[in-house]
Amino acid sequence: MIALDNVAYHYGGAELFSQLTLSLEPGSFHFLTGPSGAGKTTLLKLCYGALQATSGEVRVFDTPATALDRDQIAMIRRRIGVVHQNCEFLDHLSIAENIALPLTVSGRLDLMENLTDLLGWVGLAKQMDQLPPELSGGERQRAALARAVIMSPDVIIADEPTGNVDWEMSQRLLTLLVELNRMGKTVLIATHDLNLIRTAKSQVAARVLRLKGGQLLQAGAEL
Amino acid sequence: MNIRVLLDLLVGDAQADRTVPPTGFTARLTVFTAGAMAFLAVFALALSLATGRLADRWSAELARTSTLRISAPADQADAQLRAAVNVLETTPGIASARALTNEEQQALLEPWFGPGLPLDTLPIPQLIEIIEQDDGYDAIGLRARLQAEVPGAVLDDHTRWREPLIDAAGRLRTLGWVSILLIGASMVALITLAAQAALAANAQVIRVMRLVGAKDIYIARAFVRRFTLRGLTGAAIGTFFGMIAVLLLPSADVAGGFLTGLGFQGFQWLYPLVIPLIGGVSAFFATRTAALRMLKEQS
Repeated sequence: MIALDNVAYHYGGAELFSQLTLSLEPGSFHFLTGPSGAGKTTLLKLCYGALQATSGEVRVFDTPATALDRDQIAMIRRRIGVVHQNCEFLDHLSIAENIALPLTVSGRLDLMENLTDLLGWVGLAKQMDQLPPELSGGERQRAALARAVIMSPDVIIADEPTGNVDWEMSQRLLTLLVELNRMGKTVLIATHDLNLIRTAKSQVAARVLRLKGGQLLQAGAEL
Repeated sequence: MNIRVLLDLLVGDAQADRTVPPTGFTARLTVFTAGAMAFLAVFALALSLATGRLADRWSAELARTSTLRISAPADQADAQLRAAVNVLETTPGIASARALTNEEQQALLEPWFGPGLPLDTLPIPQLIEIIEQDDGYDAIGLRARLQAEVPGAVLDDHTRWREPLIDAAGRLRTLGWVSILLIGASMVALITLAAQAALAANAQVIRVMRLVGAKDIYIARAFVRRFTLRGLTGAAIGTFFGMIAVLLLPSADVAGGFLTGLGFQGFQWLYPLVIPLIGGVSAFFATRTAALRMLKEQS
């Protein structure tokens, strides 16, 4: 679905990583770990077309990222649900409207009937009319996840989705992501939380990748 | 701008419109700017039309008339007048020649000397109004005949002072149109700035919209529609008050002089109604261009 072949990325003249190869197969579950500043967020952005590689090739749904114009990148993002650590919303719209935003943008109002079920699934049915600033960190993370999946995307990319929530809430979010993976979605999560990874590995066949020193390595049993 | 784009613009997409939060400052700035510019545009348009009419009128009135002035001793005045009229009536290209009455000459002098001027006691030259035929007459030949037969006659074919007047009116008209262009350009510039400010203030909105797969044109449309309607509304308000102000200008009879006829006449009152449409179209293209350029730069 998404493949990086011998990819390098330079930021401000410095090499963040190079010769990086990664393939996200349909239905796979990946964790991406590594120290702060290693380039995890950059790697995720390369996967959904927010950044262009300095060299090498990024293929998104079998199309080279460099061949995509801005409209095509927008269309690609309708097939990739993204959850950021600092979940951004349109603060003047209700949570329900924010979660439904991908449907509004793409004109898929036929899927709007799924909104109520989705709100219940992420436990935000009671908060649906509230504005984003009125929600807690955990509620915002769940709302961001709901927004990322409402279009039933093929791939879900999450950047530190449990960074702002307590352990109990992180388990609930993980359960949601695992459920989505069981529904056939490809999942890629960048996280520092090793406990989260250990818990996930007990539930799903997750592959763990470690980005350090500009190299992407398969993490082993030390987790 | 095709029909579909226009309909989309007018009908809009309520959901898409809601993605951009209401921005009070830029909204008021745009409406005020469009209103003020439209108000000024109405006056510039009125000036252009009035000076155009003035130039046409001066040109038409003066182009086919001449004046013959006879300065002669009192005992020769009647004889020279008859001789002059005779010469004029037999000159090819002259449709008619008529000596002005004392009352008419008095009326000509009244703006300078006031009413009740005792014309008989003053050495005022006799004036003869000459109306030319379409082809005009030979002024050089006529002057030669008059010099021989009416020594005290001076022919004034108005050319000397007609041309500067018509030229001045023409320049005023050009100035009016240039003013309208400058006003339009200023409005476009200010609406562009307001749109850019709104886009910059809504960086988070743009990030979120992009994250969920919105195309640039979708993001731009919400801004464009909003600014177009503001431009249209502001220009309509400004035009309305501009037309009221022109309507309330002193009438030609009262003001007189240069200001005579400043304003609109007849169907010309329809012309200012184009200003709001131009304002709306200008706002549309200014915002669309600014939005798409800014979104491209931010990608």
